[in-house]
Amino acid sequence: MSAIAMTAIPTEGFTPPGPGDFNLPPIGHSEGTAPTFEFLGQTMYWGVTKPMVQLALSVVLIFTFFYLASRHRAMVPGKLQYVGETAYGFVRNGLARDTIGSHDFMRFVPYLVALFFFILVNNYFGLIPGIQFPTFSRAGMAYALAALSWVVYNYVGMRKHGVGGYLKLQTVPSGVRGVVLLLLVPLEFFSNILVRPVTLALRLFANMFAGHMLLILFALGGEYLLLHTTGLTPVAGVLSFVMFMGVSVLEMLVMALQAYVFVLLTSMYIAGALADEH
Amino acid sequence: MDGSLNMLGYGLATVGPGLAVGLIFAAYINGVARQPEAQGRLQPIAILGFALAEALAIIGIALAFVL
Repeated sequence: MSAIAMTAIPTEGFTPPGPGDFNLPPIGHSEGTAPTFEFLGQTMYWGVTKPMVQLALSVVLIFTFFYLASRHRAMVPGKLQYVGETAYGFVRNGLARDTIGSHDFMRFVPYLVALFFFILVNNYFGLIPGIQFPTFSRAGMAYALAALSWVVYNYVGMRKHGVGGYLKLQTVPSGVRGVVLLLLVPLEFFSNILVRPVTLALRLFANMFAGHMLLILFALGGEYLLLHTTGLTPVAGVLSFVMFMGVSVLEMLVMALQAYVFVLLTSMYIAGALADEH
Repeated sequence: MDGSLNMLGYGLATVGPGLAVGLIFAAYINGVARQPEAQGRLQPIAILGFALAEALAIIGIALAFVL
């Protein structure tokens, strides 16, 4: 059926969304007039862009929420304090304590709580009307976060075991001897030290990017089919908008899940770096 | 119509991670159905497995744009 519908739609006037739609010009400039600079052979915009403002906005929002929630602390919590405590307790008990273990976890709770809500709020910017741009659909933002987590877990591991002991813990699998080590040590080093931050960043970035791209596609495609075609195809435009709403609901789930997964993996890497030698 | 062959290849490549994610959650649902009180322990494991299997699809989409 779709093949028949496809032949009836003239595709000349429709430009499908691409990665370029995520490269927003700086605030106050349009695409042509924005100042640019060269970095690693690529032309980049020079100025403050929308995702940068969103990062700052998210920090203000999170700080305000937790400040208000913890201002009038009482034995019997009020509504706001209860919500704040539940949110904090979810990360503290459900993520940090369960993965890192009750001995060491308190040191990392501030970082993990901040990380979780920072990612959560920035992801949900993708669905809030008026903003509608998930901050981490720009890869650079996700790389910076993953680099921070990478530094944290390597640093605590090296402080506990020493540099040599930590590298041994991460790269030498227990119970393996002889020639196999020659093969396994570089592989483990590659996987545990080099690839981990990259997959951590790419997972967050690609989920936000792909989800937002899907939303743009259904919105633009629906608009095009509904307004610029004739015959039966506007019906497909309505269907496209229904899909848009469905994908929005799916995105709500994915956004919360990706914040959870990022913090879960970070705390697991920390737990792995702190583990005693076996 | 024009488009990138990379994206077609990526679409085919998602079959693998898709099956993997399905299998992981099938095992999780099975586990919870047999022993509902184990849900708290199984959930982080299931989500971790999901994230690791999904990483393949993620690397795929990155390569589809880069290559």
